[in-house]
Amino acid sequence: MPHHLELASVSKSFKSNKVLDDISLTADAGEIVVIFGPSGTGKTVLLRLIAGVEEPTTGKISIDGQDMVDVAPEHRDVGMAFQNFALFPHLNAFENIASPLRARSQGDAQVKEGVARVAKLLKIDHVLNHAPRQLSNGQKQRTALARALASSPKLLLLDDPLRNVDAKLRFEMRLELPRLLRQAKSTVLYVTQDYKEAMALADRIAVLNGGKFVQVASPEEIYRHPATVGVARLFGDPTINLAETTVSSDGAIDFAGQKVAIDRSYAMFKDRPVTFGVRPEAVDVKNGGGSGLAAKVMAVTPLNERTVLLLQTSSGAELLASLPSSSAHIPKSESSVSIAFNPNGTHLFDRETGAALRGGRA
Amino acid sequence: MDHTSTLERVIRGILIALVLIFFLFPIFWIVLMSFQTNETILRIPPSIVFEPTLSNYTALITGRLETTAGNLDIAFMKNLWNSVLLSSASVALSLVLGVPAAYAFARFRFRLGEDIAFTLLSFRFAPPLLVLLPLSLYFKQLGLTNTYIGLIWVYQLICLPLILWIVRGYFEDISPDIEHAYRIAGNSWWQTFRKIAVPLAMPGIAAAGLLAFIFAWNNFIFALILASADKQPVTVGALAFVTASGIQYGQIAAAIVLSIAPTLALALYAQRYLVEGLSLGAVKG
Repeated sequence: MPHHLELASVSKSFKSNKVLDDISLTADAGEIVVIFGPSGTGKTVLLRLIAGVEEPTTGKISIDGQDMVDVAPEHRDVGMAFQNFALFPHLNAFENIASPLRARSQGDAQVKEGVARVAKLLKIDHVLNHAPRQLSNGQKQRTALARALASSPKLLLLDDPLRNVDAKLRFEMRLELPRLLRQAKSTVLYVTQDYKEAMALADRIAVLNGGKFVQVASPEEIYRHPATVGVARLFGDPTINLAETTVSSDGAIDFAGQKVAIDRSYAMFKDRPVTFGVRPEAVDVKNGGGSGLAAKVMAVTPLNERTVLLLQTSSGAELLASLPSSSAHIPKSESSVSIAFNPNGTHLFDRETGAALRGGRA
Repeated sequence: MDHTSTLERVIRGILIALVLIFFLFPIFWIVLMSFQTNETILRIPPSIVFEPTLSNYTALITGRLETTAGNLDIAFMKNLWNSVLLSSASVALSLVLGVPAAYAFARFRFRLGEDIAFTLLSFRFAPPLLVLLPLSLYFKQLGLTNTYIGLIWVYQLICLPLILWIVRGYFEDISPDIEHAYRIAGNSWWQTFRKIAVPLAMPGIAAAGLLAFIFAWNNFIFALILASADKQPVTVGALAFVTASGIQYGQIAAAIVLSIAPTLALALYAQRYLVEGLSLGAVKG
């Protein structure tokens, strides 16, 4: 079975500025692929290429096995929600949502039914006769989403649809969207720069940086085995602790002046300049002295279900630790603790290329 | 809390009244003149007390001007009709040509695009008299002299650049994503232009159309040179009131009142668009 969406070596340049550089990606029918990356990396451009609003400079885009290059947007059967909503200001919410149905020359009764269905799903049925300027941001966003969903397109392109809505709604929509998208049964390409959104929605995440995909993998895989330092830094809150260091011959690493043994197989990276990373939740903290690394608690910040500690080792290196707030052993500020690293949350990266080094498997 | 004192409001009222009197007095005086005979108009000192007469209007409408030197046929109503025809047809043609062109200039970057747009604008810089001599020679050869088509064609010099440049700004202010969204929803380029771009630019199109209409209506020199009496608009037709027996001030005044009436009515009707249009189009969001 061919992939539903296939991008083959797609590049896009604006004048001399290369925005997308040799991008390849496939998505199966019904799959939700999140395109994740910092702003200005060409995520939106990628969606526009697929929608047909722009044409790639080189490369091939095919939907359902059909070559889409030079096919007009109206013939691609995609739905798209724009970051800035792009509602038609002179049409009310109903007509906005109805536009893809009317374009498919459906009868009035069918249009009414179709709009009512998505409007109910998105809880905007009470504002259908409002003009876009009378809608709140949240309602605008839902209207834009409803318009994209209305014709049940086979391919749904969502360009950071939660970017311009308030935090409360974003949280609610993050919970609701996966259900909505499954219900739509479309293949979804979802652009975001919020890693939590990416983790919550994605079957697979494609991390875009500098016009290239740095890693395409499931959310768990990306979190547990980030391909580069950059990916490790983008996913996780609080962010991963990173330290530039070297590996000694027994596989222990030098951290803040002390040898810390993590994984014997690290010995193969001996004498190589590396960056050591450890997730805050993989930092085990014990009150008082112990066999581990000695450190002092500088600050304690409770964040709902987790509490974040800022620690400082005797040599002055700072790192973050994150403990479950339910833990009975949360140290006090200014107290002395002993820390150890859980090997499951530690990573080693080549300092020059930033690429992950995998002990034993690399 | 009211920050404006009574004094301030009184002064503001007086100033506004002064400005209104300054601008409206000539029109007011002309309206008065149109109801007077030449004798009462020319008496010294002038007075606003007079016996009103409709003779000026009847002369214009019946087309017979009675002067001391005898009777004279004037084609004022025909001129008025010519003005309406020439101006509306010119604006209509300009809209048909100019709105799609404005859209093209706003949305697409093509070779020489800016140069073409600027050349069209430069028609407004050239003194009409400079263009008229060669134009009248060409028109003779083409057989366009003294035809409505010829005049409407020449009037494009007035209307087209105006419409093109004002409407272009409006199209540029519409987010391209709105049009993209309509295309993606399954509509062709032409439907998107008709259902999205044109309705959203409508205030600008209305304002530009109205301005073009006023400019075309007020044009004098093109019609004077390129048309003879039966095709001339009111602006040229008014010359007929300078007769052998003197200048017919009363009829001129009545003719002015009749000839500003259509544009005035149009401007009053569309002034909301006009103000909104002229201010919005200029500012880029």
